[in-house]
Amino acid sequence: MKEMMKNTNPVILELKNITKSFDNTQVLKGISLSVRAGEFITLLGSSGCGKTTTLRIIAGLELPDSGEVVIDGESMGQKAPEKRNVNTVFQNYALFPHMNVFDNIAYGLKIKHVSKNEIKERVTNMLSLVQLEGFEKRMPSEMSGGQKQRVAIARALINNPKVLLLDEPLGALDLQLRRQMQHELKKLQKKLGITFIYITHDQEEAINMSDKIVVMRDGIFEQAGSPSEIYDYPKTSFVAQFVGSANILKGYVTEVGDTYAVLTGEYGTMACKKEDYNIQEGMELVMAVRSENISIWREPKSPYYIQGIISEKSFVGGMLRIVVTLNDGTQVVVSRQGINFDYENGERVCLEWEPEKAVFVDMEGQHEKED
Amino acid sequence: MKKKTKWWLCLAPMYIFTLLFILGPIIYMFVVSFATNNSSGYGFTWTFTLENFARMLDPVYVDCFVQSFKLAFSTTILVILIGYPFGYFMAKLSAKGKKIMMFLIMVPFWTSSLLRLYGWIIILQAKGLFNTILMKIGIIDEPLKILYSYPAVLIGMVYALLPFMILAVYSSVEKMDWALVEAARDLGASPFRAFLTVTLKMTLPGLLSGVILTFIPSMGLFFIADILGGNTIVLVGSLIQDQMNRGSNWPFAAALAVILTILTSIMIFLYRKITHVKDLEGIV
Repeated sequence: MKEMMKNTNPVILELKNITKSFDNTQVLKGISLSVRAGEFITLLGSSGCGKTTTLRIIAGLELPDSGEVVIDGESMGQKAPEKRNVNTVFQNYALFPHMNVFDNIAYGLKIKHVSKNEIKERVTNMLSLVQLEGFEKRMPSEMSGGQKQRVAIARALINNPKVLLLDEPLGALDLQLRRQMQHELKKLQKKLGITFIYITHDQEEAINMSDKIVVMRDGIFEQAGSPSEIYDYPKTSFVAQFVGSANILKGYVTEVGDTYAVLTGEYGTMACKKEDYNIQEGMELVMAVRSENISIWREPKSPYYIQGIISEKSFVGGMLRIVVTLNDGTQVVVSRQGINFDYENGERVCLEWEPEKAVFVDMEGQHEKED
Repeated sequence: MKKKTKWWLCLAPMYIFTLLFILGPIIYMFVVSFATNNSSGYGFTWTFTLENFARMLDPVYVDCFVQSFKLAFSTTILVILIGYPFGYFMAKLSAKGKKIMMFLIMVPFWTSSLLRLYGWIIILQAKGLFNTILMKIGIIDEPLKILYSYPAVLIGMVYALLPFMILAVYSSVEKMDWALVEAARDLGASPFRAFLTVTLKMTLPGLLSGVILTFIPSMGLFFIADILGGNTIVLVGSLIQDQMNRGSNWPFAAALAVILTILTSIMIFLYRKITHVKDLEGIV
């Protein structure tokens, strides 16, 4: 549904081939990104992948070694953070401990010499927006993590930024509060129509909230796309595993059909949809298939299947999770709805999936028509 | 219950020490300030009198108090102006830089402070290092008469008390969460504005203790005024010392000390009142 509402707003933020090194370690290796006004973009990656550095470069808290940051058509160059029309929600909130909630939120407006009455009105509006009415006089030390989070968001949003940068804003909250805040943040973003650049290492959070996910790894953007594109069509084995932990399988091409190709490995034959890749027999390829798309049988039901031994069964989050060990030691995870499963540990089984449910990964440069 | 009564026994020696050697002398000083001095010279009798306090209203002594406070204020302000930036930038050095700086600050403490003051005499005297350099550069033709004057005393005071301010500021800047400054910049504050509204306020406790560590001793460091100021400046500290030794008037010395203690306490109290974070909000 999200794809149907294609965002045609003007581009509000552009990163052009940005590099950055700290102490001879290259943290960003030439990243580029184009963000449209009102988009909710998530930079997803594990710690140390450079996502926080990317955010700090947009905010102006770091300057890139090379490349360019363009905000609303204007190149930022060496511009100081206070001169950029972006605001940040910091990882540990960074609320001013010596100011109460009102003064924290009003800080940006006071700096801009907005009149007292207007400040009061806008702060009051902000407090009701983040549901903290009546907290004006509280000190940050007297508030819970979730409340501080709301203050940090209000303090940033009150300045009407062109882009709001959020650095793992929910990282310090417990799971339940996290879910609730995810929902509220998304609602807030839709309501205000402000562009969000959101950082997280949590793939569920990314999928739940974003219009577009950028998966980062070792200072590069591995893949950018809508949550369903990233989930259903991972381009690399890293993305496939990082987002929704797909199974990665290897083999040599033994058959090329119209819509699918078949890999043969030590553990059997595997069909996979071909898309527009240029695939020849004999190539060694890698494919990804998600656990929920694999079915388990005692006897093969189709010509393409792999075999292994059930080594583990567990019930996790309403799903039965079955680990099947293939004869070369590779473990394949299969998940099924419900608890009914009459197979025993140690039993030899066949695993199958529909060819269109599997994708080839790590295929860069293998397209028939290069785009 | 029994367990609970035992732990403070370990601290008892400290309390006894404090009572005996700090509170005790203060009480003794307070009592003596109401005693009567023997007109014949040495010693005093335990006869209650307010004479010692009344005597302080003499303009000579009032002026002495005024002089002392003036010097203490000037010293404190100079120490803040030099010590705060020093401590601030020191806290921003690399770990190695900090160690070296700390070492350099501590080195002078290995020598007697009295000896270091004589060092200043050599530097400041008419044919001393300071004048020689100024004359060589051609800034002055005649040597400046700095030694045995107010500026010399001020230099000596600042020199002696600066390390305390530097260390107090350093320790509070070291604890600073710099993400707060980034947040301020991100919200539109210039570096200077962010410093005023965030860094300065967050490091105020350090500055405050630095001021107290400077102001109180500067009221009593009489030997600096004596050595570098000659007889030009008589501070309350010198006066008290004088009354104790040469004047042999213990009750008057005690009365002076009591008033000095009270005035200093009032100063500190007022200072804490106005620098209280809440009352400085106007800066934002």
